[in-house]
Amino acid sequence: MGEEESINILEHVLVPKHEVLSPEEALEVLKKLGVSPKNLPWISVDDPAAKAVGAKPGDIIRVVRKSPTAGVAIAYRYVVVDVSKKEASTE
Amino acid sequence: MGMYRVKEVKFGILSPDEIRRMSVTNIITSDVYDSDGAPVDGGVMDKRLGAIEPKEVCPICGNARDECPGHFGHIELAKPVIHAGFAKHIHMYLKTTCRVCGRVKLPENERQLYLKLLKDLEDLNLKYLVKRLHEFIRKRAAAQQTCPHCGAPQYKIKLDKPHTFYEDREEGLVKLTPAEVRSRLEKIPDDDVRLLGGDPTDARPEWMVLTVLPVPPRAVRPSILLETGIRSEDDLTHKLVDIIRVNNRLREHVETGAPNALIEDEWELLQYHVTTYFDNEAPGIPQAKHRTGKTLKGIAQRLKGKEGRFRGNLRGKRVDFSARTVISPDPNLSINEVGVPEVVAKVLTVPEKVTPWNIEEMRKLVLNGPDKWPGANYVIRPDGRKISLKFVDRKAVAESLAPGFIVERHLLDGDVVLFNRQPSLHRISVMAHIVRVLPYKTFRLNLLVCPPYNADFDGDEMNLHVPQSEEARAEARILMLVEKHILTPRYGGPIIGGLQDYISGAFLLTNKSTILTKAEVIDLLSVAGYKGSLPEPAIQRPAEYWTGKQIVSVFLPRDFNYKRNAKIASASALRCIDEDCPHDSLVIIKKGQLLEGVIDKASIGREEPESLVHWLIKEHGEDAARKFMDNVYRVFIRFSEMYGFTMSYYHLLIPPEARERIKSIIDDKKREVSRLIEEYRAGRLQPKPGKTVEETLEDEVIDLLSKRLLDEVADVITPYFTLANPVIVMARTGSRGNPVNLTQMAALLGQQTVRGKRLTRGYMDRSLPHFKPGDLGPEARGFVARGFVDGLSPIEMFFHAAGGREGLIDTAVRTSQSGYMQRRLINALQDVRVDIDGSVRTTNGEVIQFKYGEDGVDPMKSDHGKAVNVDRVIQKVVGWRM
Repeated sequence: MGEEESINILEHVLVPKHEVLSPEEALEVLKKLGVSPKNLPWISVDDPAAKAVGAKPGDIIRVVRKSPTAGVAIAYRYVVVDVSKKEASTE
Repeated sequence: MGMYRVKEVKFGILSPDEIRRMSVTNIITSDVYDSDGAPVDGGVMDKRLGAIEPKEVCPICGNARDECPGHFGHIELAKPVIHAGFAKHIHMYLKTTCRVCGRVKLPENERQLYLKLLKDLEDLNLKYLVKRLHEFIRKRAAAQQTCPHCGAPQYKIKLDKPHTFYEDREEGLVKLTPAEVRSRLEKIPDDDVRLLGGDPTDARPEWMVLTVLPVPPRAVRPSILLETGIRSEDDLTHKLVDIIRVNNRLREHVETGAPNALIEDEWELLQYHVTTYFDNEAPGIPQAKHRTGKTLKGIAQRLKGKEGRFRGNLRGKRVDFSARTVISPDPNLSINEVGVPEVVAKVLTVPEKVTPWNIEEMRKLVLNGPDKWPGANYVIRPDGRKISLKFVDRKAVAESLAPGFIVERHLLDGDVVLFNRQPSLHRISVMAHIVRVLPYKTFRLNLLVCPPYNADFDGDEMNLHVPQSEEARAEARILMLVEKHILTPRYGGPIIGGLQDYISGAFLLTNKSTILTKAEVIDLLSVAGYKGSLPEPAIQRPAEYWTGKQIVSVFLPRDFNYKRNAKIASASALRCIDEDCPHDSLVIIKKGQLLEGVIDKASIGREEPESLVHWLIKEHGEDAARKFMDNVYRVFIRFSEMYGFTMSYYHLLIPPEARERIKSIIDDKKREVSRLIEEYRAGRLQPKPGKTVEETLEDEVIDLLSKRLLDEVADVITPYFTLANPVIVMARTGSRGNPVNLTQMAALLGQQTVRGKRLTRGYMDRSLPHFKPGDLGPEARGFVARGFVDGLSPIEMFFHAAGGREGLIDTAVRTSQSGYMQRRLINALQDVRVDIDGSVRTTNGEVIQFKYGEDGVDPMKSDHGKAVNVDRVIQKVVGWRM
């Protein structure tokens, strides 16, 4: 198969809004939540959505999604290289 | 010494060297005690194995009993024996390696490839792939007929459980001795062990064949001194003595060059004893027994199962300050209370600090002592000395009491305790109750708290725990009290509420036709402990009468408003839309007056969200709702008694003409069924899409005989049953039963099914021998044309039992499956909690949800998961409008 026409997955209805935070924003968010980045849920750099927004390891992504309970829910993801290393690093 | 954190735990197999190194002595003699009763040196109770007697000093570590950790000994086995626990692993190694050169049966190039692959996978930490690679290698190696390294022919190895290996040679099955097995395992190179999933540093395969047996310390197998003065040894000690005896005999035979057959017999016996020492329930061999015939407990038996070390002693423990007994109902207790038998109250204690303010009371309790309630069992002096009040001069102790002392007093009325019924699936399976000490020997509880515990009184037992610290008591009172749990955290509705008689009573009391004389009103109000003045009578002349609704209104807060359909309105004939309701099925409360409508399940029932009780809690707090439940529910019961609510056979009878009509309906349906069967026999029946002709027929028949028939019959009988009939009262108000049950009792049970099909199994082509084979008619396939009022024919009775059994099996299967599912879920979630900032986190601080449920709403305080009920708020602000 040849080159597929590339599609922007972020435009898909089922993909919530992802955005990479600037370092200042990220710091503010971490302060507000009172967490270190490693305690945030992780997302792999290889994740299609992370790739689509051009996230690099160490970035923090804000995910804004619809919620049946709250209307709009905001979540944050810490971009990492290897999600499976989680167990080892949380000590 | 520094502090270390346990990072990982690794299990391995003890090597003979390690066993010898950790051993303090070689155990050589089967004698245990000498003629003076002192332990023999070199026997299984050798003093060097650790001090266990009170004043004994350990000859190895110099410690007394409490400090000496115990020391291992060892037995040098005359010939090696298989460790039956590793038989499977040994079998695997024997199958996959060459019997001559001991190398894994893979060509060298393949072997190198797998070694590299294994290393890569391990470096990448791909545990599952590593596991699969080992399995793959094992399979490939076991299939090899000749050794790729030395070319030696290979034979099949058979394992005869638990510990015998055979080789399937040309000349037949040849037994492999443990010595042979061991020598083969010794030859396996370290790398090959690694390939097969073993660990050559901590678990060399040959260590699975024992040459040295560790002897556990004495403390592991203490002897018991019976009252008669006879020593009784532990099962393990007995077993060890057996092993030593046989081992010594075997060694003697070997040394004197006894005939081979004799040696082999002894060897086999040694193997048997060692195997049963480890596991006396190993399949394939007879269990070792005492002289009395009781089976001995092996090491495995100590650990295994419900009462084993893990489940019985480590994961489950017994607790002090707890009690367990049968429960029985007491509607006169508050839902917050629990009735505690006096005998229990005299054993369970609460430590109370003596202060200048309670010293006189405490003196009285001490004086009463342990046998007279209310008393005390112990006094703890400020220096920590504990004085039992059983054997001392209590007067003197009472005199010496001073502030700072602690008195362990009996349980008194008003103490908080935790009350629990297993299975504890819920947080509401454990709730705090206030103690009421009562005579007799059962725990008593209000019937309304049965649902959260899922308790009934057919012999259920419950547990009671007494919190011992001030913090625990405060926590129990504030967080765990029953009234704090009337609302369920599942969806915010009340889980505690009236059932059965409470609902029937409430309906009868609030019925339009109920009018009460002054005497009756006083009786009802006094049951609830009402102390105010009587309301104005609703009827003044010819005599003063009150309505039941007035009684309820007495207990409602003045500013309470409520409007909702009653349960009886769920029957369309009794439903009303506007407030002027002729059926009285719209409950309206304005300014604390029950103006209209009957109180039934929809208002006071359990698991009825938006009910009267629910709104009472939301607007006036748990305390008000609890008082309502304690007092008014009692009135309902009292009225039920006054009314004499009952139900009899005659309430189910219907007139002959109705019977005739039902009979003709049944006959009609039967005729239709036989017409269908005829069509089917003639081959004219058209199959439904995706179904065979037979399935189509069955579907049609079931549809005809069960639902449609019952509905038609129900239409016939309903006119004869009105709200004057107690059966209907129960069904309509939701207190017990439903209209279908009524049809089943008064008219017919209808078609019985198993797994949604008519009954077919039992005999060849028929359900019972009373029918012809292949009979498809209604009667032959479980149609019951009679109800409980008529009585069932014997055949019908059997059909009904067959159908009823399905329900029983379903519940049994469901409970076990959902129980296990629940357990796994709870184990996965137990350490997740809602943090103070509203986020959901693990104990490590990892965020799981940024806000609990994304909206941060506590479902227990919500309205169906919503934070506010807008309708209700508008109602409160603008007044009535729904």
